[in-house]
Amino acid sequence: MTNNLHVALGLTGAGWHPAAWREPGARPGELLTAGWWIDQVREASDALIDLVTIEDSLALQSSDPDGPDDRTDAVRGYLDAIVLAARIAPATTGIGIAPVVSTTLTEPFHVSTQIATIDYVSRGRVAWFARISPSHWEAAHAGRRGLPSPEVLRAEAREHIEVVRRLWDSWEDDAEIRDVERHRFVDRSKLHHIDFEGDRFRIRGPSITPRPPQGQPPVFAGDDRIGADVVLRDLVVFLDASAAAAAERRARLDALHPFAPAAEVFAGTAAQLADRLEGERFVRLLPAAIPHDLQAITRELVPELRARGRARTSYGEGSLRERLGLARPASRYAA
Amino acid sequence: MTAKRQIHLAAHFPGVNNTTVWSDPASGSHIEFESFVHLAQTAERAKFDFFFLAEGLSLREHAGHVHDLDVVGRPESFTILAALAAVTERIGLAATLTATYHEPYELARALGTLDHVSGGRAAWNLVTSMDAVSGANFSRGAYLEYGDRYVRGGEMLESATRLWHSWGPDDVIADPATGRFLARPDAGAFAYAGEQVDIEGRFTLPRPPQGRPVIIQAGDSDAGREFAAEHADGIFTRHGDLEGGRAFFADTKRRLAKYGREHDELLILPGVTFVLGDTDEDAQEQAAWVRREQVSGPTAMVFLEQLWNRDLSAYDPDGPMPDIDPIEGESTIAPGSIPARGFTGRRQATADEWRAEAEAEGLSIRDLMVRRAARQTFVGSARTIADQLDEHVQTLACDGFILVPHITPDGMDRFADEVVPLLQERGSFRTEYEGTTLREHLGLAQPWPG
Repeated sequence: MTNNLHVALGLTGAGWHPAAWREPGARPGELLTAGWWIDQVREASDALIDLVTIEDSLALQSSDPDGPDDRTDAVRGYLDAIVLAARIAPATTGIGIAPVVSTTLTEPFHVSTQIATIDYVSRGRVAWFARISPSHWEAAHAGRRGLPSPEVLRAEAREHIEVVRRLWDSWEDDAEIRDVERHRFVDRSKLHHIDFEGDRFRIRGPSITPRPPQGQPPVFAGDDRIGADVVLRDLVVFLDASAAAAAERRARLDALHPFAPAAEVFAGTAAQLADRLEGERFVRLLPAAIPHDLQAITRELVPELRARGRARTSYGEGSLRERLGLARPASRYAA
Repeated sequence: MTAKRQIHLAAHFPGVNNTTVWSDPASGSHIEFESFVHLAQTAERAKFDFFFLAEGLSLREHAGHVHDLDVVGRPESFTILAALAAVTERIGLAATLTATYHEPYELARALGTLDHVSGGRAAWNLVTSMDAVSGANFSRGAYLEYGDRYVRGGEMLESATRLWHSWGPDDVIADPATGRFLARPDAGAFAYAGEQVDIEGRFTLPRPPQGRPVIIQAGDSDAGREFAAEHADGIFTRHGDLEGGRAFFADTKRRLAKYGREHDELLILPGVTFVLGDTDEDAQEQAAWVRREQVSGPTAMVFLEQLWNRDLSAYDPDGPMPDIDPIEGESTIAPGSIPARGFTGRRQATADEWRAEAEAEGLSIRDLMVRRAARQTFVGSARTIADQLDEHVQTLACDGFILVPHITPDGMDRFADEVVPLLQERGSFRTEYEGTTLREHLGLAQPWPG
C-alpha cells in the first residue's frame, strides 16, 4: 500500500497535560529557552516526522476558558512562535516547522513576510498553522475590543489567509533580473499589487519579500472552515507499554491537575495507536508529556508505522510542500 | 595615563537604496540566508557590537512604479535576526521597527523573544514612519498626523517597556518537588492606557535576559534628540563628519542631565560608509568609481525628479540641467520617499542653486548628482581609516559607528581583516568580547537589576 499518512507533532510546554512538567525527565526550567525546543525538534526529525507545530497564544495558559486563572502550579508563558520557529530553523534539517499564528490579532503583511523569511532560512521547510482567537481576553492584549462572533472571525481568517497567499504570489519567481546593462534590478512587470478589498482587510502590496522557495508555504489548521490547505486531526497521546499503564499514568496526572481537552484522547500502546491511525491522512499528535510521550511516538510508534509501510524512510530532497503531495503552484499573477 | 575611549562598531546590512552597488560582479544575494550569515559572522569575528537591519514595509515607488534601479526585496526583520541568533554567539542583533505599523504587544513579544533566544542580544532601532505607500499594506492604514508620531513612538516604547517589566526576574520557579511553577499568581499583569495605545491583561513572555532590549533612536529633529536623551541607549545619526559630529555629540549629551542620566548612558552612533584601498590614492580612485556606480544615469534622473517633482524623461543625464522649473508642493512623483519630501517648500530655490553650480563648472546632470548624492564618509588605506575613526571617537564626535558597506555580503571583510586589528593595536577596540549580552558590549547597565 502507499504511504499516505502525514504526522505532525504538536509541541508545547512540557506536553499538553498541565501536570506533565512535574514528570521525571521534564526540564521545566528550560521550557522557554531555544535549546529545549531545538532538542525536541531534533528528536522529531531523527524519526523523520513530517512537521512540528509550535504552540502559541497571545494569552497565558489558563484552566478557565474565559480569562486568566490564579494557578501557580502549571506551565505559564509562551515564546513568540514565529520568532522561535526562525531560531529553530537553522539548527535543524529535514523537518517542517509550523508556528501557530492567529488570524484575529495579526497583520497579514507581517505574517506573510515572516513566513516567507523562515522559508528562505529553512530552505523550504516552513508552514503556517493558522487559527482564530475567539477570546475577548486574548484580544484585549492586542488592543482589539468588541470582538465579533467566531463565525465572523472565521470569515476574517479566510480573508487573512487569502491576503497572505496573494502577497507570496505578488513577486513572480523570476522577478529579480539584475540587468546591469539596463540598470534594472527587478523586472517590475513581475511585481504585482494585490489590491485586496475585503470586509476586514484592504491591502495593496506587493510584498517586500521575494516569493518564498516553496512558492506557497503550506497553511495548516485544525478548523476546516478557514480555508487552510490541510486540516489536521488532533489526538492527545498517552503511550506506554500496555494500555493499562497508559490509563494509569493518565489517571495519575489527572489527579494532579484535571485535564479535559477538546481533542480526542488516545491512551494505549504504539501498536494500538498505529491501528487507530489506519485510514487517517493528516493527523497532529499532541504528546501528553514531554519527553515521555514524544519519545514513545518517535521511537516506538514511528517504527511500528514504518513496519506497516506508513512512515517515510528518508526526507528526500523536496520541500515540505512537495513532501505533503502538494504541487508548487506558479504565481497567480504570472502571465 | 587615562584609558582610551572605546569604539563601538556595528555592521549595517546593505540597504535597498543606491548606496548598495549591486552591479558589481562581487555583489551577492540580498535575500538568501547565506548573505546574512556571512556579514553577521564576519562582524562577529571582528568583535563588532551589533549587526543592524533597516526596515521598509513597502517597495519604494517612483513616478507610479516600483523603483527598480536599486536592490528591491528584503527579509522580515524579527525572523531573519532570530535565524542569525542560531549561527552567531555574541554579536548583538538590531532591528529597525516602526512604531507606526507594529503594535506594542506584538512588538514586545517578538523582540523579547529575540532577546530570549539570542541570550540577551536584541536591540530595537525605534523609528516613527508615516507614508501612505506603507500604510496601504496594513489594516489601520496611514492614519497618523505628523505631530502624533512622537506621541505614538513614546507610547509604543513605554507600553513595550511595561510589558517587558511585567514579569519579575524570578517569577518562574518551575520546581516539580513543590509543584510551584510561578512565584506569584499574577505574573505578567499589565495595563497601559495612552492616547494611541490602550491595552491590558497578562503578558505571555517572562522577563527578557537584558531586562529591556537595547533601544536605539533614529531621528535628528529637536524632538527626536530630546526623546533619545530621555529614553534611548543609542542614537543612529547622520552626522558622520568631525565638526558636525562634535556639535551633535555635545548637544545631545548635554540634554541627558535633565533626565538624571550620565554621558555614557546614551551612545552616539553615526551611520557611515567607507572605501578601503591598498593606499590612500587607490582608495580615492575606487571611491570615485563607486560613486559613479551608485549614481547611474537613470538613478541621477530619479534624484532630479525627486526635487523637480515632475517627469524629466525628455532630458539626458549626460546633458545639461533641465531648463523647465520644478513643481512646488508635496511630492507627488515619489510619495513615500523621504528625500523627495525633504525638498518640499524649497524646490525652486534648490533647483536654481543646482543649475548655477552645474553651469559654472560644466557639469552634466549625472556629474552633479554624483557630487550631491554620493559621498563616502571614510576613504583611505586601512591605517588612514583607523586613524580617522579613532580621532572621531577620542575627540568626542561620536561613540562609534554603524558601518554601511556597499557590497553584499563581502563588503565588511577587508574592514574586519585590516582596520579592526589597527584599532585593537591602538587600544581603542576590544580584542575579545568580555560579556555575553549586547548591553554588556555597549557598557550599558541592565534596567531593573535583581
